[in-house]
Amino acid sequence: MRDVAIIGVGIQKWGELWEKSFRDIFVEAALNALDDAKIDKLDSMYIGCMSSGLFVGQEHVASVMADYLGQRHLAATRVESACASGGLALRCGLIEIASGMSDLVLAGGVEKMTDVSGDGATYALATAADQEYECYHGATFPGLYALMARAHMKKYGTTRDQLASVAVKNHDNGSLNPNAQYPFKVTLEGVKNSVMIAEPLRILDCSPITDGAAALILCPYERAREFTDKPVIKVTGSGHATDSIALHDRTSLTTLDGVKVAGQRALKMAGRKLDDIDLVEVHDCFTIAEIIVSESLGFFKPGQGGAACEAGETRIDGKIPINPSGGLKSKGHPVGATGIAQVVEIVHQLRGEAGKRQVKNARIGMAQNMGGSGGSSVVHIMEVE
Amino acid sequence: MNPARYAREIPHRYRLEAAKCKKCGAVFFPHRLICLKCGHRQFETIKISEHGKLETFTVIHTPASDFKDQSPFALGICKFPEGVRITAQIVDIDLEKVRIGMKLQVEFRRIQTDGHAGILSYGYKFVPVI
Ligand SMILES: [Zn+2]
Repeated sequence: MRDVAIIGVGIQKWGELWEKSFRDIFVEAALNALDDAKIDKLDSMYIGCMSSGLFVGQEHVASVMADYLGQRHLAATRVESACASGGLALRCGLIEIASGMSDLVLAGGVEKMTDVSGDGATYALATAADQEYECYHGATFPGLYALMARAHMKKYGTTRDQLASVAVKNHDNGSLNPNAQYPFKVTLEGVKNSVMIAEPLRILDCSPITDGAAALILCPYERAREFTDKPVIKVTGSGHATDSIALHDRTSLTTLDGVKVAGQRALKMAGRKLDDIDLVEVHDCFTIAEIIVSESLGFFKPGQGGAACEAGETRIDGKIPINPSGGLKSKGHPVGATGIAQVVEIVHQLRGEAGKRQVKNARIGMAQNMGGSGGSSVVHIMEVE
Repeated sequence: MNPARYAREIPHRYRLEAAKCKKCGAVFFPHRLICLKCGHRQFETIKISEHGKLETFTVIHTPASDFKDQSPFALGICKFPEGVRITAQIVDIDLEKVRIGMKLQVEFRRIQTDGHAGILSYGYKFVPVI
């Protein structure tokens, strides 16, 4: 198996990009990545995209994007695993290069979510849950995470303030990220008084609806120096796992076993321990998600994730910085693009390009991307030489 | 909802039919073709008990469009003596009085009036034990 490096990253300012089309959003981020890597030809491409069919009525994404990227006839593949589609696209690209099949691969992700109404977006996102045994009874995504939040609060005493502290911290970080959809700070009181969505979760506990894309250029590690004079980022670990689609079928309602397994697989492949990780981007689609993920990955004991965030341990200058980018919460959550954007942030951090949100001495970073209520999870570990 | 898609879930939704593995005894709701625990492929059909215990709940204020007329409503996960958990609405109760750990009973109710196909959808909901 060959080692794989990331030699280019591309993203854009996220938000409600009403003037930009689905295809333009993706191509813009992809061109930024090609320019960053200083290459113009690819061997293949993987695109993470959850639900372009429901969001813009367009399937067959691989054909559209390869052509509009100026690479007609390129071997291109769309991958889907709900909100983990981006992370999975990276894993597919990684496997293709590691196997020796290709040398230059773009792994990207895209979602155009604001062409439909709020109801339309709620419907499209809910397709990542069990249609017959959750959604049929009125479950929504915030509703499923609210069920986890209540169970976690009851079992461990996690508080409303601890949930809010996740949003406050991520917006603090996001206010330093020029590409974030909502680059402003929020207060504890502001979160706790925002509109109720699914008790106990309020609107400021939820990640937003976003248009956006992100892209990475991968190549064999031994060829990286042919293309870039920037620090070469090696992808040392990749872990992928599934779990039941329905929350109620999980072993526990307060841990995410898919995340745990994917994290262990990534660490094993990288030959690393959790203590080696300098920073992590996690899938904070809701405040409670960041808390449970931080515990399931093993950064904190079960039940301690909320208290750790409240105590500042996960801030940029904390013991283990979580979501220095602002996370899904502040940066935005174009579902198919999120897993790739997390890795874009890790690359910026490991290259020392993260500006005001730079984590000091960042050498090893982790990115955790998750689909649905935890039915799929992808974890990657990146290291700078 | 497409009537065929609706009809094929009726055994689960109307009668709470579950599949019990003939080899290891594990119970699955809805049914499966292969046992998650032991890999066996033969099951007997059993009925889930009427009473379950509430493990978690939420009150949904921003529902999917089909449930707007019922908002706000409580949604919970109950665990049953057979070992399975089920997600459903909790009704006939003051929303302030829902508590984790309370006993609830399964009842057959209307779930929604389908806007598109126009068929009424039925199934189970949780209600307080009388
Ligand atoms: Zn069995």
